Amino acid sequence: MPPAEVKLDGIGKSYGEQWVVRDVNLHIRRGEFFTFLGPSGCGKTTLLRIIAGFVFPEEGTVYLDGQPINQVPPWQRNVGLVFQNYALWPHMTVFENVAFGLRERKVAPSEIERRVMETLKQVDLQGTENRRPSQLSGGQQQRVALARTLVIQPRLLLLDEPLSNLDAKLRIDMRIELLKLQRDLGLTTIYVTHDQEEALALSTRIAVINKGGVVQESTPRQIYEQPANEFVAAFVGKSNLFSGRVLQADERFIEVQTDDNLILRSASSATAKLPETGDAVLLSVRPEAMELKAACSTPTSPNQLTGRVAASAYQGSFVEYEIQFAGRSLKTYAVNPKGKALFQRGDEVAVTFAADDVVIVRND
Amino acid sequence: MALLFAILIAFILYPVLRVLWIALSDETGNLTLIHFLNFFRRPLFREALWNTLVSGLLVVVFSGLLSLPLAYIIARYEFRGKLLLQTAATLPLVIPPFVGAVALQLILGRSGMINLLLMRWFDATIPIMEGLAGVVLVQTLHFFPFILLNTVVSLSNIDPSMEEMAQNMGCHGFRLFRRITLPLMLPGFVAGSLLTFIRAIDDLGTPLMLNYNNLLAPQAYLRITTVGMDDVDGYVVCVVLVVLSLVSLLAARKYLGLAEYATVQRSAPVTRRLQGKKAFLVWLFCGAILGVSLLPHIGILLLSFSKVWSFTLLPTTYTLGNFAEILFRAPHFIKNTLLYTLLAAGLDIILGAAIAFLLLRSRLAGRNLLDAIATLPLAIPGVVLAVGYLRVFHGWDFPGLGAPLTSSWVILVIAYTMRRLPYTVRASYAALQQVHISLEESAQSLGANRLKTFMKITLPMITGGLVAGGLIGFVTSCVELASTIMLVPRIELGPISYGIYIYMQSPLGRGAGAALGVVAILLVSLGTYLTHRIFGGRAGNAFRI
Repeated sequence: MPPAEVKLDGIGKSYGEQWVVRDVNLHIRRGEFFTFLGPSGCGKTTLLRIIAGFVFPEEGTVYLDGQPINQVPPWQRNVGLVFQNYALWPHMTVFENVAFGLRERKVAPSEIERRVMETLKQVDLQGTENRRPSQLSGGQQQRVALARTLVIQPRLLLLDEPLSNLDAKLRIDMRIELLKLQRDLGLTTIYVTHDQEEALALSTRIAVINKGGVVQESTPRQIYEQPANEFVAAFVGKSNLFSGRVLQADERFIEVQTDDNLILRSASSATAKLPETGDAVLLSVRPEAMELKAACSTPTSPNQLTGRVAASAYQGSFVEYEIQFAGRSLKTYAVNPKGKALFQRGDEVAVTFAADDVVIVRND
Repeated sequence: MALLFAILIAFILYPVLRVLWIALSDETGNLTLIHFLNFFRRPLFREALWNTLVSGLLVVVFSGLLSLPLAYIIARYEFRGKLLLQTAATLPLVIPPFVGAVALQLILGRSGMINLLLMRWFDATIPIMEGLAGVVLVQTLHFFPFILLNTVVSLSNIDPSMEEMAQNMGCHGFRLFRRITLPLMLPGFVAGSLLTFIRAIDDLGTPLMLNYNNLLAPQAYLRITTVGMDDVDGYVVCVVLVVLSLVSLLAARKYLGLAEYATVQRSAPVTRRLQGKKAFLVWLFCGAILGVSLLPHIGILLLSFSKVWSFTLLPTTYTLGNFAEILFRAPHFIKNTLLYTLLAAGLDIILGAAIAFLLLRSRLAGRNLLDAIATLPLAIPGVVLAVGYLRVFHGWDFPGLGAPLTSSWVILVIAYTMRRLPYTVRASYAALQQVHISLEESAQSLGANRLKTFMKITLPMITGGLVAGGLIGFVTSCVELASTIMLVPRIELGPISYGIYIYMQSPLGRGAGAALGVVAILLVSLGTYLTHRIFGGRAGNAFRI
C-alpha cells in the first residue's frame, strides 16, 4: 500500500465550553515526517487521536487519501499508532504483541511468523520474542511498540511522544534510528512532541501548535530562522526579544528604535514584507548570533550593546552567558570555547550581532 | 522482636502445630497417618470433604457470574444513581452470613414468604433453602462483593491505551474483551475468587444455622463439642481444612505473583455515559441482582420488630420488645462485643504497626518469618484456631490469671486479635510504604532525632492506614462466630454473635436474635463507612488478598 496523505479541514473539538483544538487546516503529504510541536495541553495529542479515530471532531473533516474518514471506526482505519507509554500488553510475549495485528487481519500463521521475525530484526530485537514486555528495558519496549505497529504495514504512522520515556542519551540514539527507519520505509509519519530539538532534527515539516491552533507550519529551518511570532521564537530555541518602532525602512535595512531607546538594524532580506515607518515591531536575535568582546570605549558598529556578565555556564561545546544591561538580560552562546579566554561574572563586555540575524517576528 | 515472635508463636503457630501433631500421632506419640486413612475410609467424612469442595466452588462460580457483569458496568459506565448501586453492592458484607441465613429462611425457606405464596397460588414449593443449596445461596449472596470489589479495582486499573492500541490494530467488540480486557482483569478476579473460596469453606455459622452439618467446618465443631476434646477425628478435620485454605492461599499468591499486571496509569479510565433506555436496562439488571442480595437485610429487620412470625407472609404483630430485651434485659452481649472487638482492634494496630515497621525499616534476620506467621491466620479457619486454643490453654492456669486462659473472656480478645492481624499488618505495611525513607531522612538531617522523626513525620502519615486496618479488624470481629461459639466460657461473657446464635436456637428467641443482628449490621455499617471515609476511593483495596 503506498504511503497515505492526510488532510485536516477545519478540525475543531470541544469538551463542554472549552475548545481543545479549533479551526485546524493542515495537509500532510505522502512520505512526509510531519511534526505537531507545542507545549503540553496545546491540543497536539488530541489532533493525533482525532486522526487515529479515538476522538470524534465536532467540526471539520479528516481526509485520508482524499476519502473523508470521520465515520470510520479506529479498527478499520489501518493507521499505526505508537503510544507514549508504549501500551504493550503485559499478558502477551513480545512475539504475541507484534503478531496481534496480523492475527486480527487473519494472516496465515506461517506468514505471521515470517513477518514478525523480519520486523523484530528490523528494530534489532532478535531473540527477545519469547520474553514478556516487563523483562525488557525501556528502549527495547519502545522498539517492540514500534515493531508492533510497523508489522501491519500501516498507511500512516502516528507517534505520540514515543521517545519521552527514555533517558537522555538513549533518546538521542533512538532519534537517529527512527529517522533512518522512516526515511528507508518512506512511510507518511505524524509525530507529536513538545521537544523542539526532536522536532527540528526529525521532521520534514513542523506545525507549531499553541492553545488549540496552528501558529506556524513550515520546514524546521524556517521555523527556527524565521519564527512567525513571539510564541514560536520563544518556544523553538531561545530568543532575545526587543520591541520597538520602525524609524525608517528601505530595501537594505530596517532601522528600529527599541522601547529602551536602542537603535537596532535588521536586514530587509530577512523579512517578507517591508514594514512602514512608525510600525510597532518585535525583533528576535538568537543567542548564538551574538558575539561577545571585551568592552571598548566607543561603539564601532550598529547593533552593539554594552553590559556586564551576570552569569556564565560552561557547557563543553559552548558557554552560555547571561549579560545584564540597562535593566534587561540577554542570553548569548559562545561556541567552541576550547583554548579561548572566558569572561567572568562582573566583566564588562560588548555584544554585537549582524543585521542579518535580527528577525522581525511581529509587526502590528 | 523477640516479644513479637513469642506472641505470634504462642497464639498462632503453636496451637495450630499442636492440632497438627494430634492428628498425626498415635497414643504412644509416634508419627502416623492412620487417622487420615480412617478419615478417608469413613463415608461421612468423604462426603463432608466433597460437599465442602463442591459448595466452595459453586459459591465462587455463582459469585463470579453475579460479579462480572456488575463489575464491568460499574467500572466502565457512568449513569445516574451509580453511587447508590455501588453502595448497595457492598451492603451484603455488613450482614453476618449466619444472620443472613436466618433471614433468608424466613423469605425463601420451606415456610418462608415466597414458598407460602407459591403454596397458595400453585400448591407447590421450591426447596431452595434446603441442605447444601441453602448454604451455597446464603454464602453467594454474602461473599460475592469480594469478587466484585476486586474485579472493579482490577478493571479500572487497566490503562485505556491497552484497549485503544488493540482497536488501532483492528480489534473491537467482544473480541477486544476476550483478548485484552479479560486477561488484564483476571488477576483481580482470581484474587477475589480465592478469598471467597477460603471464607466459604471456613464459614461455620451458615451451615449451623441452616442445620446442614455435612461440611468440614461443622463436622470439626460437632466432633470437638459433642464427642469431646480427645476425639482425634475432630483434629483431622481441622487439618484438612487448614490444608485446603493454605493451598488456595498459596495458589493465589503464586498466580498473582506471576500475573502482576499493575499497569502504570497515565490517563483516567474511560467511562461512557449511559442515558435513557440503556441506563434503564442497566438499572433493571443491577437492581434485580442487588435487590435479591438485600433480601436478608429486609428479612432480619422485619423479624427484629415482630412478635410472632411463622407460617405467615409477614409478621402478624409488631413490637419493640425485642430491642428492649437486648438493650435492657441482656445488654451484656453488646457491651461484651464492644469491649472485646475494640481491645482486639487496638492490639492489632499496635502489633500490626510494629511488624510492618520491622519489615520495612529494619534489616533484622527473621523478619520475613515473622511476616509469614502473621499472615498465616488468613488460612486458618476460626474453628481450627479455637480448637488449638482449647487444646493448648485448657487445663493449666495462666500466670497472673489464676485460672486457665480458656475460662476467661481474654481468650476471645486474643482469638480476635490473631484472626484479624493479617489485615492490620497489611494496612500498616501499605501506609508505611507510602512514607518514603527520604521524608524521614530529611527530617533527621534537619535535626530531629529518631523518636521525634517518628512522632512528627512517620506517625501522622500512617495514622490513617493504621486506623483503617484497625476498623477492618473491628468490623470483622463483630460478626465472628466460628471461634466465638467454641471459646465463650460462660453465656454472660458472650458477644453479639454468640447471643444471636443462642437466641436463634429457640423459636421464641428469634425476634431478640434478629434485633441483635440489626445491632451487628449497624456496627459493621458504621465501621465500613468510617473505613471508606479514611481509605477514600481505595476502599476496595481493604478486601484484597
